[in-house]
Amino acid sequence: MELNDTLRDIAKKLLEEGRVDAVLGFRQSSLAHMTEPFLATTAEQADQLVFNSCCRMNLAVYLTPDLFRSGRPESGKKSPRVAVTAKGCDSRNIVTQIQENRYKRDQVHIIGLPCTGMADKAKLLAAAPEGIDTITEKNGTLILSRDGKETVVSKTEVLQSNCLSCIIRNPVIRDEMAGDPVPELDMDSHPDRFADVAEIEALSPADKAGFFETLVSDCTRCYACRNACPLCYCPVCFVDESRPQWVGKTIAPTDVMAFHLLRAFHDAGRCTDCGACEAACPMDIPMRAFTRKTIKDAREGFGWETGMDLNLRPPLDRFDLKDPGDFIR
Amino acid sequence: MKPIHIKKEAFGPAMAKAMETYAVAGPVPDREDAKRRHLFRCLEKGETPDLEYTATQLSPKALLFPQAETMFRFKVPSGGKKAPFLEAESFKERPLAVVGIRPYDARAFDMLTLNFDSKDYKDPFFLKRCHQMVRVGLADTTLKDTNFSTACGTGPFDTTALDILLAKTEDAYIGTVITAKGKSFAAAAGFEAGSAEDTKALARMKQEAESRMRPGPDFSALADADTLDLHGEDHWARLAFSCINCGSCTFSCPTCWCFDIQDEVTGNDGVRLRLWDTCMTDLYSAHASGHNPRQERFKRFRNRFMHKLKYFPDKYGQGIMCVGCGRCIDNCPVGIDIRTIIGEMNAKAAGAAKAAGTAKTGGTDKATEAAS
Repeated sequence: MELNDTLRDIAKKLLEEGRVDAVLGFRQSSLAHMTEPFLATTAEQADQLVFNSCCRMNLAVYLTPDLFRSGRPESGKKSPRVAVTAKGCDSRNIVTQIQENRYKRDQVHIIGLPCTGMADKAKLLAAAPEGIDTITEKNGTLILSRDGKETVVSKTEVLQSNCLSCIIRNPVIRDEMAGDPVPELDMDSHPDRFADVAEIEALSPADKAGFFETLVSDCTRCYACRNACPLCYCPVCFVDESRPQWVGKTIAPTDVMAFHLLRAFHDAGRCTDCGACEAACPMDIPMRAFTRKTIKDAREGFGWETGMDLNLRPPLDRFDLKDPGDFIR
Repeated sequence: MKPIHIKKEAFGPAMAKAMETYAVAGPVPDREDAKRRHLFRCLEKGETPDLEYTATQLSPKALLFPQAETMFRFKVPSGGKKAPFLEAESFKERPLAVVGIRPYDARAFDMLTLNFDSKDYKDPFFLKRCHQMVRVGLADTTLKDTNFSTACGTGPFDTTALDILLAKTEDAYIGTVITAKGKSFAAAAGFEAGSAEDTKALARMKQEAESRMRPGPDFSALADADTLDLHGEDHWARLAFSCINCGSCTFSCPTCWCFDIQDEVTGNDGVRLRLWDTCMTDLYSAHASGHNPRQERFKRFRNRFMHKLKYFPDKYGQGIMCVGCGRCIDNCPVGIDIRTIIGEMNAKAAGAAKAAGTAKTGGTDKATEAAS
């Protein structure tokens, strides 16, 4: 059975049996290369659920206190239970959110999605400059159709860059799977895993500053990256504080850099490299260059890989004599 | 309406010539490694607007309404001895010619003007720029699927907000001079006169481009709709579910004009800035008291669409506050499509009108009551 059929059957069953109050997933958007996060509360709505190579957002973003408050009142339950469809990275963010006491494990029913990566929006559009009416996926290829004409691209060629160095493609925690798990890429200890970061680390301080300044020079501070990020759930973000105001609101390099650097540090030991920030950016800014460094540091300094195990505490809220980082001794 | 015909190889020299009289802004590749993206900006000597571009992710509105603009400078007196000092920012900009602007984006400039040139308030920065500006449009013959500008009363060849319209052919830019301002610019750039053939070709291209456009949304029922009916909560929470409340739609929108005012002080020197703001954020509508009338996410989402599609048409009587450029659809990270939202709102309005007609109630005008 097709993954989408299985997914819908699971969702319908959960809703019909009253085991959950809502199913959080994706549905097709008006554009072929986009999907939209969607909350199905009836079996009929569950028929709209899809999973494909355009589900770039991280659904953990939507697991907010509001969502857990807003279940069907007639269910009479105090805290509604929500099913969420989760790719490998989404599941690691769910683990992180549970570790950070956002909600409890038993409040979410996780429908696991075996993931072979997301197609980069810009790469897809470049492959089909005339536009795309429909996308069909078949044996590792994407067939982009336009007025009956087909462009076939290999999925590997259009993958988001974070998916190429993905360390977990199947969800680390799940209540059930909507398809057979896919083989992992074994990137976690691959020598090239952090080649991109090493390249930036090798720059002189002045070149590094120049590199990052150019990187974010197009930033309009729309905060799509922050709002698409499952880590950024502060009630008021530091850039939105007005009494006192910490950061200027212009697009001058100092203000823009203050936002990106502070956000990256705030995500240290918490980022799963899901790539939602880059997928969300309307200006195509590769801002993972910041967070990738924090992932590398967390691994090298604390032997930490984010969101892999519910029973572990994150590196920044525990003390461990066995931390591998020599810098704290 | 005089036809013009500029061979492509003559366009660069023409722009160099125009730059002797005008400051020129236009679309240029943003970075060498980002060919697909062009941005509108003021050009340096030697640069030429790249009229082979297809689209810009941001609208050209920053040319009239910069994202961050200094309004005035001031000194904060220390020790209470000196009088406060205030200096208006002098306006030194040369007349700006925007070359290669899409006709619907130029139409958006006229919508911005409604806000910055009102009966009660005339914005000196905006108006000076606007009055000096020459708009040399480039017809959109590489329309994206998301463009629905004709449905919004403008279109890929609309001349109503332009001084000159150009269109790209194989080896030339053909077009027409529309206004006296356009005539002066054409003279300064040395644009060659065209023929009746060019006029015919332009009309043919217009028809061809418009016929290829996908049907746009219908918003005919919105004008007479009851504001409070449209405002009702249930459907908005559903429509807004996926919205992450970022500003990619408002910042890329050519008609969104909201701004924030900030003072930045370093030591004794201060500057007052006007900065783009977005109604999608919590801070936008936060009151000094701490109360926020749009605390929930869906209320901010609702405000954006209600403003564009209902409050604006009701207030100005000039149609919806949208030119159908499609940037918000292309840029939305979660796949929200304004055409879908318009469709839902219109269906709700049409349904309500039909129900009212059947019940023969009519006459009650909640919208008027709400507005008063």
